[in-house]
Amino acid sequence: MKRIVYREWRIPPSRYWSLLALLAAVIGIAGLSTLYVEHHGHWVTGMNNSVVWGMPHVFAVFLIIAASGALNIASIGTVFGRTVYKPLGRLSGLLAAGLLVGGLLILVLDLGRPDRLIVAMTTYNFSSIFAWNIFLYTGFLAVVIAYLWSMADRKGWPYNYSIGSFAMVWRLALTTGTGSIFGFLVGRDAYDTAILALLFVAMSLAYGLAIYLLVLMFSFNEDQRPLGEVMLKRLKNLLALFIMVMLYVVLVYHLTKLYGAKYNDIEHFILLGGGVYTLMFWFGWIIIGSIAPLVLLYHPDYSQDRNWIATACGLTIAGGFAAMYVVIIGSQAFPINMFPGKTIVAFGAMTEGNLIASYLPSLPELLLGIGGVAVALFITAVGVRVLQFLPESLADNVIDPHYKAS
Amino acid sequence: MAVTTPHFKFTGIAVCILAFFSQILFSQPTLAADRIGEYVVPSSRAAQVKQCVEPADHMRRYHMELIQHQRDATVRHGIRSTKYSLSNCISCHTGHTAAGAPIAINATGQFCNACHAAAAVTLNCFDCHATIPSGEGWNHEVAQQLLLLPPVSEGAE
Amino acid sequence: MTYASHSHSSPDAIDTPDSIDAVDTDRRQFLHYAAAGVATVALGGGAVLTTLTATAEPRTTPVTSTHRWGMLIDTTKCAAGCDACVTACERENGLNLQQSPTDDAADWADQQSAWIRKVTLRDNLTGQVTQLPLMCQHCAEPPCVDVCPTGASFKRADGIVMVDRHTCIGCRYCMMACPYQARSFVHQPVAQKLTQVPRGKGCVESCNLCVSRRDDDRQTSTACADACAASGQGAIVFGDLNDPNSPLHQALAQVNSRQIRQELNLNTGVRYAGL
Ligand code: HEC
Ligand code: HEC
Ligand code: HEC
Repeated sequence: MKRIVYREWRIPPSRYWSLLALLAAVIGIAGLSTLYVEHHGHWVTGMNNSVVWGMPHVFAVFLIIAASGALNIASIGTVFGRTVYKPLGRLSGLLAAGLLVGGLLILVLDLGRPDRLIVAMTTYNFSSIFAWNIFLYTGFLAVVIAYLWSMADRKGWPYNYSIGSFAMVWRLALTTGTGSIFGFLVGRDAYDTAILALLFVAMSLAYGLAIYLLVLMFSFNEDQRPLGEVMLKRLKNLLALFIMVMLYVVLVYHLTKLYGAKYNDIEHFILLGGGVYTLMFWFGWIIIGSIAPLVLLYHPDYSQDRNWIATACGLTIAGGFAAMYVVIIGSQAFPINMFPGKTIVAFGAMTEGNLIASYLPSLPELLLGIGGVAVALFITAVGVRVLQFLPESLADNVIDPHYKAS
Repeated sequence: MAVTTPHFKFTGIAVCILAFFSQILFSQPTLAADRIGEYVVPSSRAAQVKQCVEPADHMRRYHMELIQHQRDATVRHGIRSTKYSLSNCISCHTGHTAAGAPIAINATGQFCNACHAAAAVTLNCFDCHATIPSGEGWNHEVAQQLLLLPPVSEGAE
Repeated sequence: MTYASHSHSSPDAIDTPDSIDAVDTDRRQFLHYAAAGVATVALGGGAVLTTLTATAEPRTTPVTSTHRWGMLIDTTKCAAGCDACVTACERENGLNLQQSPTDDAADWADQQSAWIRKVTLRDNLTGQVTQLPLMCQHCAEPPCVDVCPTGASFKRADGIVMVDRHTCIGCRYCMMACPYQARSFVHQPVAQKLTQVPRGKGCVESCNLCVSRRDDDRQTSTACADACAASGQGAIVFGDLNDPNSPLHQALAQVNSRQIRQELNLNTGVRYAGL
């Protein structure tokens, strides 16, 4: 393998600054809508006392697990010794940090009292998985920074493997922890299972890689850097593999839930009778978000075409949002099964027929979520411009010593 | 103390009003320069008693700690009888209109606001805490029993 | 205007709960009048206000686990169409002062705070209909307390599960964790509230077994139990689960009762009979 040279992203200033300005504008709008929600209270969102976590959490959880998935590329290079992936490591670390910050920001800004963030940082309840996650998240940032240093600085090279391995363990812990935020909720039928943590790990691999691949293709394309077929083929095959792993875990999840009568109602709701949630599950998560990308990625012609590969990534990401919507919101919309064998006719202000909690995302919460995505991209865009994150070339002859032009 | 005579009351109120206006006219940014007790609102019950729950200069410096300590004692341990309760401050320090209706204690120029505005302190306590004595909080009864709250003066102007 | 009259016939600005006499025990009424009387005397004649100090002693020492407060709800006595407990709870805690910020009644129905809900059930097999009030079940092992990142959700020594709204950051994880959907998030700024029950935007709240009554020895019940008794149902018995002589303990000894979601083993403080 030739020596890999890293260079700052050198697209024309006008283009670069318009990109940043666009992202900054999206972030600004998100900031304003946050202020709007904080001023009026959460009634201006679609969230209520039944669906207590809404669109912001869909975005936040998606970004957080994608962060850990994005770091996976670096791990493959360092820990599993696949040298071909090594040049991808730096961007992988940067993107991971950006996605995590974006996700966390959404979570924090959606708090009922964000002004009390200092309380959250100073008082901990160690029996709360949420409190542990605060450590996992901040620790993740620190680990990623150390990891980047070990990749970039000659003095860090000797530690690269150990830091890389540590980062990989940390990353798995982080996704497991995020999954457990839901998995430990014994009170809710859709959540009460440890497979949820596993499902989150599988989703993180697929969504993190899809985002990574899109960012890589975009940044190389803009800067006219060569991205060879060999590299692209590997990454797209890896994405297909991760999507299949995820599909498998989804299958196992629903099979365990279907086994035994206890969870029949919620399963029926998600898989058959849940209206928008059923649609999101089958159409969004499974068909658009998993099957379609698989078809594209394995299709003899489409899989050769970069535009189709990018499309497959985009679909996977869209499917990811649908998945989060089903897992987070669908599971809350369904009434808690408090009285087995009985039908709830009235529940306070709710009566039979509308016991399924209604939730309609409002614009401000949607903008907040999109703002988080913009923050992640903003951090990445700044990073690649000022520091040497992107390899000069990923052409076939650069990454593969045995490559022969045919 | 029992009940002040109307005459006494009048002088007391007049002094307080004077103090209040002089504060507006000659207001100093530094708290230290203010006269102790000058933030007390003339139409509040506090204007008619000689003392706060602790000596006034102590209150000036440490009231936040007293309240915060009381807060945890009440919320976490159910201790409700001590004199530093926030509702107690409010019962005694709330000002009243000429008609005797209470004025929110955090309203501009009122007790908790005037001084904090001068000291650039912002509180969020009143997002949740009632700013006038409202409802049948027995804390008022307690306040009354423990501290011998005087009645609100009529037509304090 | 005397202090006492100010406290009991309040300023016109606020609709206070004082007007419902049904929930007030006679004893409380007496105290009200006594307090008013004494204050009036003080105003007129300069008497010293020491009369009540001996009887009215709210708590001065930290709560202990000597008591564990709880309730028994006999669903067979809970009448269809009656919502006395809900109304009483709202008045006690100032929830009736909530004002809808939105025109959408359906949205508001699920966004306003509800500390107690009237639930109607129909048995899938027999069609039998059951009524019951559902509120925080005051678990001995509360999931909401386990998950709270800041420790704002806590269990008091006497078993009351509640939120310290000075450290609550409004993350709503406790609401996700609660198996009874018993908690509410305050979705809007609160303009009117009672001194006794501070509440405000951005925090989570729920039934606290009328906690300020618990810290006052003169009080022996909750607003909902009082109201239920006053309306003739008597379906709610409030009391001390730890005290073998308490009416609650005796009532529990006599009927078959169970916990809602017994399988979760949360050891709830609220038990149901006839369910
Ligand atoms: C989000 C709502 C909220 C905010 C904001 C808030 N409190 Fe409270 N406060 C409460 C509640 C609820 C109680 C509990 C009352 C009870 O248990 O009966 C309480 C009780 C108290 C008590 C004990 C009761 C009393 O009247 O003495 C004190 C003292 C207190 N708060 C002080 C403060 C101070 C000081 C601040 C501002 C720094 C503040 N609170 C802000 C909700 C709030
Ligand atoms: C019984 C009535 C009463 C109660 C209750 C009361 N105060 Fe006071 N407070 C007074 C009086 C009277 C003064 C003026 C004392 C003086 O001039 O020496 C005063 C003065 C003060 C001052 C100094 C004001 C200044 O202008 O220097 C502060 C601060 C204060 N109180 C805070 C509080 C707080 C906080 C509480 C609740 C814990 C409280 N007070 C409860 C009567 C009361
Ligand atoms: C005489 C002036 C004065 C008056 C009157 C006054 N305060 Fe303060 N208060 C201060 C100052 C000065 C600080 C800031 C202290 C610091 O930052 O160390 C403060 C801080 C506080 C804090 C802590 C704020 C925080 O952010 O931690 C609370 C709570 C508080 N005051 C409550 C009250 C209440 C309630 C009243 C009305 C009953 C009141 N104060 C009346 C001067 C005053």
